[in-house]
Amino acid sequence: MAKLKVNGKSHTVDVEEDTPLLWVLRDHIGLTGAKYGCGIAQCGSCTVHIDGVAVRSCVYPLGALSGEEEITTIEGLSEGASHPVQQAWAELDVPQCGYCQPGMIMAVAGMLNTNPNPTDEDIDAEITNICRCGTFVRVREGIHLAKTKKA
Amino acid sequence: MTELLNLSRRKFIIATGATGLTIGVLAACSKKPGEPDYSDMEPNPEVNAWVHIGHDDTVTVRIARSEMGQGTLTGLAQLVAEELECDWAKVTTEYPTPGQNLARERVWGDFSTGGSSGIRRSHQYVREGAAAARIMLVEAAANEWGVPVAECTVSKGVVSLKGSKKTLTYGKVASAAAQLAPPLDVTLKDPKDWTIIGQPKQRLDTADKLTGAQVYGSDVKLDGMLTASIRQSPQIGGKVKSLDASAVASMPGVKKIVQIGDDAVAVVADTWWRANKAVLALPVEWEGGVAFSSSEFETELDDGLTSDDAFTGNKVGEIAPAFANAAKVVEATYNMPFQNHAPMEPMNATAIWTPEKCEVWCPTQNGEAALAAAAEAAELPIEQCDVYKLHLGGGFGRRGMSDYVSQAVKIAKQMPGTPIKLQWSREEDMLHGFFHPITKARARGALDADGNLTGLHIRISGQSILAALMPQALANGMDFATFQGLLPSGVDARVEDQTLKYTFDNLLVDHAMRNPPVRPGFWRGVNANQNAIYLECFMDELAHAAGRDPLEFRLAHLKDSPKSQAVLKAVAEKSGWGADDGKSRGLCNFYSFGSYTAACAEVTVDADGNLKIDRIVAATDPGYAVNPQQVEAQVQGSFVYGLSAMLYGEITFENGVAQQKNFDSFNSMRISEMPKVETLVMPSGGFWGGVGEPTIAVAAPAVLNAIYAATGKRVRKLPIKDQNLRDA
Ligand code: FES
Ligand code: FES
Repeated sequence: MAKLKVNGKSHTVDVEEDTPLLWVLRDHIGLTGAKYGCGIAQCGSCTVHIDGVAVRSCVYPLGALSGEEEITTIEGLSEGASHPVQQAWAELDVPQCGYCQPGMIMAVAGMLNTNPNPTDEDIDAEITNICRCGTFVRVREGIHLAKTKKA
Repeated sequence: MTELLNLSRRKFIIATGATGLTIGVLAACSKKPGEPDYSDMEPNPEVNAWVHIGHDDTVTVRIARSEMGQGTLTGLAQLVAEELECDWAKVTTEYPTPGQNLARERVWGDFSTGGSSGIRRSHQYVREGAAAARIMLVEAAANEWGVPVAECTVSKGVVSLKGSKKTLTYGKVASAAAQLAPPLDVTLKDPKDWTIIGQPKQRLDTADKLTGAQVYGSDVKLDGMLTASIRQSPQIGGKVKSLDASAVASMPGVKKIVQIGDDAVAVVADTWWRANKAVLALPVEWEGGVAFSSSEFETELDDGLTSDDAFTGNKVGEIAPAFANAAKVVEATYNMPFQNHAPMEPMNATAIWTPEKCEVWCPTQNGEAALAAAAEAAELPIEQCDVYKLHLGGGFGRRGMSDYVSQAVKIAKQMPGTPIKLQWSREEDMLHGFFHPITKARARGALDADGNLTGLHIRISGQSILAALMPQALANGMDFATFQGLLPSGVDARVEDQTLKYTFDNLLVDHAMRNPPVRPGFWRGVNANQNAIYLECFMDELAHAAGRDPLEFRLAHLKDSPKSQAVLKAVAEKSGWGADDGKSRGLCNFYSFGSYTAACAEVTVDADGNLKIDRIVAATDPGYAVNPQQVEAQVQGSFVYGLSAMLYGEITFENGVAQQKNFDSFNSMRISEMPKVETLVMPSGGFWGGVGEPTIAVAAPAVLNAIYAATGKRVRKLPIKDQNLRDA
């Protein structure tokens, strides 16, 4: 039995310790917003926050969590899609297929937590998510727009 | 049992927000405080197959084609809303099922979504369907008032009686309209009167994609569902010789170990991680595979560059005299390796099988083919099967195939009544693609003493998609699709949208078919990808060899295609082509999927040979741009797809096994590599061209030509990957 706190709610799950957080969220807790894209920390589709820091949950084993961390998934990022990143994304119609976007949004939101005013160079260095639809132009515009918005 | 299935299906459909088609129980669910409550009213019937209007005036547009990110859903809804004269703010959409289409004599036409055809091949009947619905709604209002139809006007879903204050909304007359005979004749609006088509409307499917609420195939959850992970023969053509189920049967969560057909095994478990762990641990012996090596296959491709066994795709004049009399002969060889589609969402499908019925939930680009595959695998009459489509986490052509649908059904058939979600791992997805075909080309050009191109020969050597997937479409063995974008105009109306726009005095384009045992597929842009490289990189080489400006050289051969000239001139002008500003630029223009496209790329290559693509100016003339902001998004996105292939994309085979298994070895561009993209959407009207694919073709050639401008070096071998652009 392991305990974890997700989007402000406590959960107890009966799962092997080597199970990646991604699959605990998706299959045991029923939060399917974080997506499986590669399973090897390459694509970022599975990005969630642990204590406000963006992590790739597909390679984060349950056993590495103490149970005290605040885990945030896309479902818990805001009420009513009100996070600045979500607002900017809606305004610019950033998603195409959208499958990478929960991870993209969480990666960007994580960056803004520590760096509220990223430059293009910061974006290049920190946002390494794959988007096969190729939404990068609007992702970049969206980040700059999000900087100007309030939650 | 049936009731149970219906219930779970309904619950699921409700959760994903579909409405009128299934059942009318949803109007009440979506009621906001203060709005009238229609929950105890009988739901309205559909007006016709394309349109359902609720009591609350919500317009639900039926979308037959699949949404995989390309924006077709919104574009098709715009077509309907335009002719329906409804309020765009009240428009929602839903997918009819392939089973419903079958039962209703294919009232929604073709479901298949590929070849950039979602809008261009259905705009006529979709708009006619919407116009018919409008006529019926207005007639119903006229009947209600007892006046001739001519006394009524309509705007934004409200019918008004001329000279009075009387109005009726569509929602009030939808039920009566449904009883009326459909009009025999409808006249569509003149494009100059459009108010919704051509507008940069926001997508209808964005909101749920921002919150995790969008349910993809991977996210489907049904009562009592189990999850499966698959392993297919890693070697091409291999079969299961034996497996030792007992070795993994007691692993956590494992419910069943199954063989699927003769070439795959799967583990069914309570969660995917457990299923996947067990399937990876499952001892399997394979046999009978093919020891194909892509590096050895090079010899066959090279043989095809000069062999005598070629199909002629396009021939003008005679090239032999041109070469015999040439002042200068230029020659170059290019290639295009195998590519994986690698959509972001790996293949998956969820199926329930009982002896009476088979139902499948899946992301598919071809609902009807998925239904046929499901019925075949289920061994049930097709009328007892159905497929519920979900938005795709990318398709790019991969999801036009139904292999994963058959597999899910074959697993479900071994566990009657239990819903089974088959989720492929990324590794399975990489290994078992339908790969972009492998080809090479040798281009030869004859220049006279004045630098005029007097003869051009492009010999393509390599793989045919049709030979593998649709042999019935070959013409005496020839695969016309291989010549995409290079075909002669005015010969075959079916491929007029893939013809060469250059005029050459003497031209030969031919194809020596060399088919490896690797299964090919239609990969976004299909054969335009490499044909544009073969043609447009070589045009650049010819221009330089002739000492002419690449823009002027191209325009000289585009004299019969003003639309091609227009897009090419537009990108040249906007990008600053010819400016003495030290920038390294490359041009490309191409025509495919019925659209005229051009690009001008600007690159820098540093002293160490590192490439930076700084900027691409792109132009497209798709005839009509139903939603210009989505056209722009498609241009940007297509560049990421095409340039990822140019930079990194290559699947190689050793001993019949694909060597790239995930994104660590099959890399994809990141935001740091993304150039600025400036898109010129130039719809000139009078025709309907594609949007999702055509511009992909111009990205790589423009960049490759710009690399030459920067370095004096021609990159002819793709992908660029680890080539140093400064080493000659
Ligand atoms: S699924 Fe975690 S990084 Fe790709
Ligand atoms: S929006 Fe489709 S992969 Fe990013």
